[in-house]
Amino acid sequence: MIELINIRKSFGEKVILQDVSAKMEAGKTNLIIGASGSGKTVLMKCMVGLIKPDSGQILYNGKDFTAMDDMEKKPIRQEIGMLFQGSALFDSMTVEENVMFPLDMFARGNYKEKRKRMQECLDRVNLKDANKKYPAEISGGMKKRVGIARAIVLNPKYLFVDEPNSGLDPQTSLVIDKLIKDLTAEYNITTVVNTHDMNTVMESGDHIMYMHQGLKQWEGSNKDIIFAKDKKLNDFIFASEFFQDIKEMRQSEYFQDNKWRGGKQEGGNKTNS
Amino acid sequence: MEFKFFYHFGRFILMIKGMFSRPENMRMYWKEFMHQCTDIGVGSLGIVFIISLFLGAVTTVQTAYQLVAGFIPKSTIAQIVRDTLILELAPTMVCIVLGGVVGSKIASELGNMRISEQIDAQEIMGINTKAYLIGPKILAALITIPCLVVIAAFLGIWGGLQAGMLSGIISSEEYMKGLRAAFDGYNVFVMLSKAFTYSFIISSIPAYYGYNVTGGALEIGRASTKAVVVSCILILFTDYLLAAMLL
Ligand SMILES: Nc1ncnc2c1ncn2[C@@H]1O[C@H](COP(=O)(O)OP(=O)(O)O)[C@@H](O)[C@H]1O
Ligand SMILES: [Mg+2]
Repeated sequence: MIELINIRKSFGEKVILQDVSAKMEAGKTNLIIGASGSGKTVLMKCMVGLIKPDSGQILYNGKDFTAMDDMEKKPIRQEIGMLFQGSALFDSMTVEENVMFPLDMFARGNYKEKRKRMQECLDRVNLKDANKKYPAEISGGMKKRVGIARAIVLNPKYLFVDEPNSGLDPQTSLVIDKLIKDLTAEYNITTVVNTHDMNTVMESGDHIMYMHQGLKQWEGSNKDIIFAKDKKLNDFIFASEFFQDIKEMRQSEYFQDNKWRGGKQEGGNKTNS
Repeated sequence: MEFKFFYHFGRFILMIKGMFSRPENMRMYWKEFMHQCTDIGVGSLGIVFIISLFLGAVTTVQTAYQLVAGFIPKSTIAQIVRDTLILELAPTMVCIVLGGVVGSKIASELGNMRISEQIDAQEIMGINTKAYLIGPKILAALITIPCLVVIAAFLGIWGGLQAGMLSGIISSEEYMKGLRAAFDGYNVFVMLSKAFTYSFIISSIPAYYGYNVTGGALEIGRASTKAVVVSCILILFTDYLLAAMLL
């Protein structure tokens, strides 16, 4: 579990994060959603320690990560896997060397075992016939998969994913989302995903945090996000054409009166007819 | 171009200090070190070969042109060629050229890794990227570049002989005689001191600029230009310092 307590961050005069607190639970896909520039990436980088917050604490299973020095951070960092927005693959290495790299650096065991683990991870993300290719030679979706394989190769307890769907077609996006969701449940990982993709939100938002201009505006799950009352959140989620139907449905008398919550069969029949 | 000397100097020192930590995995560091030795050392052999031959040749021809007085023996030409090459041309000229070749390579490699977040990715894995990415480069430079300078001195002297014979300025016997006359081993010490100092400059300054790139791809080019300019100026500056101190 990761706990954020009153995280603040400014770059110069510009306030990016103002007092963000949250809990990211294990075995769940925790989503941070919000418009571009709302501070999602900065928040994630604070969590993994790439950016130092001005104030506030980040607790990994109760241990204060922000108060540690580089040496103390190392053991926690080895339990963190991260997929960057641009995949951040090492472009001087082939796909399999990329996935081997964390193993070579940190894992015990002989070459054969490491290769087996590497192949396992590449199979897990369903990447075939790309072992010997360089990052420049594969597509965006494949890069993300390699990135995921590299992030999970050391069996992380924490997985951070920054915009897994940016630059991907909807179909590939779904595959990547499902992969992240499955991995999270399979290995009981605390997963944090930054996204502004509503498909992802509906598909895998066990716990959703909506960021607006550096503030946590709303928190909940994909079950209640559609009916959330927050004005800004509504503007954000219904901006997508995909959700116009739902918006119209919501605006119908039936939902306005809030009959759908308490009201039983009567209301249901009305809209159906 | 802003000139924030103390700011950069302080950050540079911090970077060097940050390099010293226990390697996460000695084998990987060794592999990276060998890789850098090949890249920096073997990769620069060709250019060193060419420039040192021509430096020797030109020095011979021009020294002969300047020594017009008849009473000076021809072998003096070889002596002068030998000493200028060892004292100045082999270390300084070669390192200035290498500063361009190796420096821009180091700066753009690290700059690219920074911009595409590859450095961040390693940092998150728990790797001290200063130690892993910069350390082996500086160490490889400190070992291979002085070797290149020694090779350059030999090749330059040989090139001088070839040029001398080709243009009929000096015979090979006279040249050899000159080479053996009044040889001072201390000059070799000066050459190596220069070579080591320059190697450090050539590798660490571009590493500093590359590692700290911020912004976009355009900044990578700017950082490597800046790195090469600053290392060249520093080489010439320390050249003067070392000459004043050691000679
Ligand atoms: N290193 C930085 N220096 C200055 N400003 C930054 C830096 N990183 C991000 N910002 C600013 O912080 C804001 C939030 O950025 P970001 O977290 O990347 O947004 P997003 O929610 O799209 O991921 C942006 O306005 C951006 O300009
Ligand atoms: Mg972002």
